[in-house]
Amino acid sequence: MNWTAYLPMLWQGAVVTMTITLSAILFGVILAFVFGILRVEGGPILSKVALCYTEVFRGTSLFVQLFWFYYALPLVGLSFDPITTGILVLAAHAGGYGAEIVRGALSSVSVQQMEAARALNFNRLQTLFRISLPQAVVEMMPAFGNLTIETLKLSSLVSLISIADLTFSAQSIRNITLDSTSIYSVTLVCYFAMSLMLMVVVRVIERMVRRGNAFPRAAHS
Amino acid sequence: MTDKPSQPIIEFSNVTKRFGTLTVLDDFNFKVAKGEKVTLIGPSGSGKSTVLRILMTLEPFQEGRLALAGMSYHEPNGKGPFKASEKHLHQIRSHIGMVFQSFNLFPHMTVLRNVVEAPVRVLGLPRGEAECRAVDLLAMVGLADKKDHYPSQLSGGQQQRVAIARALAMRPRVLLFDEPTSALDPQLVGEVLSVIRGLAHEHDLTMLLVTHEMRFAREVSDRVCFFDKGRICEQGEPNAIFGAPKEERTREFLQSVLS
Repeated sequence: MNWTAYLPMLWQGAVVTMTITLSAILFGVILAFVFGILRVEGGPILSKVALCYTEVFRGTSLFVQLFWFYYALPLVGLSFDPITTGILVLAAHAGGYGAEIVRGALSSVSVQQMEAARALNFNRLQTLFRISLPQAVVEMMPAFGNLTIETLKLSSLVSLISIADLTFSAQSIRNITLDSTSIYSVTLVCYFAMSLMLMVVVRVIERMVRRGNAFPRAAHS
Repeated sequence: MTDKPSQPIIEFSNVTKRFGTLTVLDDFNFKVAKGEKVTLIGPSGSGKSTVLRILMTLEPFQEGRLALAGMSYHEPNGKGPFKASEKHLHQIRSHIGMVFQSFNLFPHMTVLRNVVEAPVRVLGLPRGEAECRAVDLLAMVGLADKKDHYPSQLSGGQQQRVAIARALAMRPRVLLFDEPTSALDPQLVGEVLSVIRGLAHEHDLTMLLVTHEMRFAREVSDRVCFFDKGRICEQGEPNAIFGAPKEERTREFLQSVLS
């Protein structure tokens, strides 16, 4: 049987992959900001908590994290469907890396900016949200772009907990048609197309952020 | 805060400031009267910028007493390097403004927002009122037409003038200038100095100015203090310091910068 008959199935898989990736990035970015800010501004205890979070999720394999959350969480009474589990684990993983991006960008805001804020009597929260974060966000954008693509590619691992994403669908079709070359070629193109689309979105957001800021760097980027 | 007429607005009493093993201010005594315009001169590393940074609470000091209009910087049971609560430091800072060598405007805000942001967020002024005042201040420094520009679109001299307007928008009683023209191209120095010169006529505003512009110091100051090795080596009226310095080190310094 010709593999083209299975294209709708592949399309469904691609939709699942895109849904999981976008949700994971959305939650991942939120986690990244929460824990990245806590790393810098959280005081002695909360910054340690944030450090633990980033190190655990950066330091262990996503593969194992997926299985652990899939099999271990139900044992403590937390049972999610596979898609939710996949999104949560991917988000936590992206959040771990993203928190480091946020922390790095926040620390790169110059001491002089902090002193100017202090001289104008802004308190810590005002300094964070009005002065440092708006400048740091511009610095974060390229790294968040990479993280987005990375999350898309890592999302193929969720096929291992029986989610019918693009990779899972490709494998199923291959098992039926035994035409590995064609099906994996199409799958590659699909991933590449999705990553291109994500990159365009990231670029648009980056440009919006830069325009809102009118940094000198924006002129020659 | 109530001032007795005789009370100095700034009073350093035996203040010692160290960075690690380096003593920057050594048993330092210094008083400034309300409305006085004082210029601090001296070789780099002599502690003059540190005086301003301590006043602005950007740096703590280890020993001695510092008071602003009678209000001590250290609190009796104050903790941390500043020996004071954040609330107390906030109150002190509300009387002081600072203009930095490198301008330090917020690059992500327009000129107008740079001037308006702190009065709105910190003083709680209504935005409309804050903007009216900001426009007046920008007009005063000659930049009303640049209010919608971003700092990166301005020259150094223009940025520094915005920074002065930004500091004034908080209505400080004491204004500190930390080498305000040192980062500027020579042809831009004049426009900044003329703004500062205008402020020197404000009767109530106390000004402390660290500068290497000796002619300007002589022109605007009520008093010039020559710093050397963390202490004031010689001070007096500008004409006395520049015309007939008593100390050998003052003479050497002035010769080196004026020749």
